[in-house]
Amino acid sequence: MFNSLILGAGFNTGDILYQLFAFIVLLALLKKFAWGPLMGIMKDREQHIANEIESAEKNRKEAEAYLNEQREEMKRVRQEAQTMLENQKQMADQKGQEMIEAARLEAERLKEAASADIARERETAVASLREQVASLSVMIASKVVEKELDERSQQKLIDDYLYQAGGQK
Amino acid sequence: MEHHAPTTDEILGLTFNLSNVLMITIASAIVFILAVVATRSLAMRPTGLQNFIEWVMDFVKGLIGSTMDWQTGGRFLFLGMTLLMYIFVSNMLGLPFAITFDHNLWWKSPTADPTITLTLATMVVVLTHYYGVKMKGAKEYGKGFFTPMKFLFPFKLIEEFSNTLTLGLRLYGNIFAGEILLGLLAGLGAAGIGGALGAFLPMLAWQGFSIFVGTIQAFIFVMLTMVYMAHKVADDH
Repeated sequence: MFNSLILGAGFNTGDILYQLFAFIVLLALLKKFAWGPLMGIMKDREQHIANEIESAEKNRKEAEAYLNEQREEMKRVRQEAQTMLENQKQMADQKGQEMIEAARLEAERLKEAASADIARERETAVASLREQVASLSVMIASKVVEKELDERSQQKLIDDYLYQAGGQK
Repeated sequence: MEHHAPTTDEILGLTFNLSNVLMITIASAIVFILAVVATRSLAMRPTGLQNFIEWVMDFVKGLIGSTMDWQTGGRFLFLGMTLLMYIFVSNMLGLPFAITFDHNLWWKSPTADPTITLTLATMVVVLTHYYGVKMKGAKEYGKGFFTPMKFLFPFKLIEEFSNTLTLGLRLYGNIFAGEILLGLLAGLGAAGIGGALGAFLPMLAWQGFSIFVGTIQAFIFVMLTMVYMAHKVADDH
C-alpha cells in the first residue's frame, strides 16, 4: 500500500513542472496583490511612527523651552514684585519718618510760640503790676506825706518862714 | 485501504499525478485568497486579518534578519512569506480528511509527495546559486567552493546535493508519516465500534501533533532556505 507515493515509484515529471509553475505564479500574484501593498502600508506606518516620534520629541523640546522661559519670567516678575514691595515699604517708612519729623517740628514750633506768648504775657503783667505798685506807693506816700505835713510840717514851715522873716530883719 | 495515485498517461512526454495537480492548485488558491483577503483593506491601524498577515511578514523578516543583514536579505522577504504560507497550508490540507475515489487518493497534502517537496527544495537551492552568482559575481561564487580549504571542494559539492535532498525529504517525511498514521487510525476507526472508540483519542492527539509538525516544518523549510541563501550571498561566512 502507498507504494505509489514512495520515492521513485511516483516520480512524475509533470508534477515537477506544475509545482514550479504554480509556485512562480503564486509568488508573482502575491507580490502584486498582497505583499506589495502590505509592504507599502508597513513602510508607511514606519514612516508615520518615525514622524510622530520626531514631532513628539520636537514638541517636548519646545514645551521644555517654553517652560524654562516661563520659569525665568516668573522669577523675574517675582523679583520685580519684591523690589517694588521693598521700594514701597521704604517709601512708606520714609514718609512716616517725614510725617513724624514734621509733626515734631510743628509741636516744637507750637511750644516755642506758646512759651513766647507766656513770656510776653508775664512781661506785660509784670509791667502793669510795677506801674500799679508805683502809683499805689505814690498814692500811699502822698497820703502819708499829706498826713504828716498837716501838723508838724505846717508848724515847721511856719517856723521856718518866721525864722527867715526875723533873720532878714 | 489500497490507495493509488491518479496518474495520467504520458502527455507530451510528461506524466501527471492529477491528485498533486489538484492539491497544488487548491493550496495555491487558498494561500492567494487568504493573502489577498488579509490585505484587501489595508489600514494604518491594522485590524483582524491584517494583523495576522503583518505578523507573518514580521516573522519572516525576523528569520531573514537572523541569517543575513537586511540589505542583502530584504529581497527574499516575498519568497520567504510565500514559501511559509504555501507549505503551511499544504501541510494542513491533508489533516482533516483524505478523499479517495475509485481507489485513487485524491485529497492529501501536496507536501506528502517527495516529488513536490524536492521540487521546492531544488528550486530554493537553484535560487541560492543564482543569487550567489548575481550578487557576489561568478568569481567570488566559485571561490566559495574552495574556502576555507581547497581540499574541501568535493565536500562542498556533495553538500549542495545533500542540502537539496535533506531539505525536500525532511518535509516530505514528516508530512507523509503524519498522513500514514492518520490513515491507519482512520482505518482502525472505520473497522467497528471498538475500533472507533479506541482510535478516537489517538486520532485527536495525532492530529494535534500533526498541526504542530506541519507548522514547525514550514518554519524549518523557510529558515533553512534563508540559511542556505545567506551562505551563498552574504560576505561573511
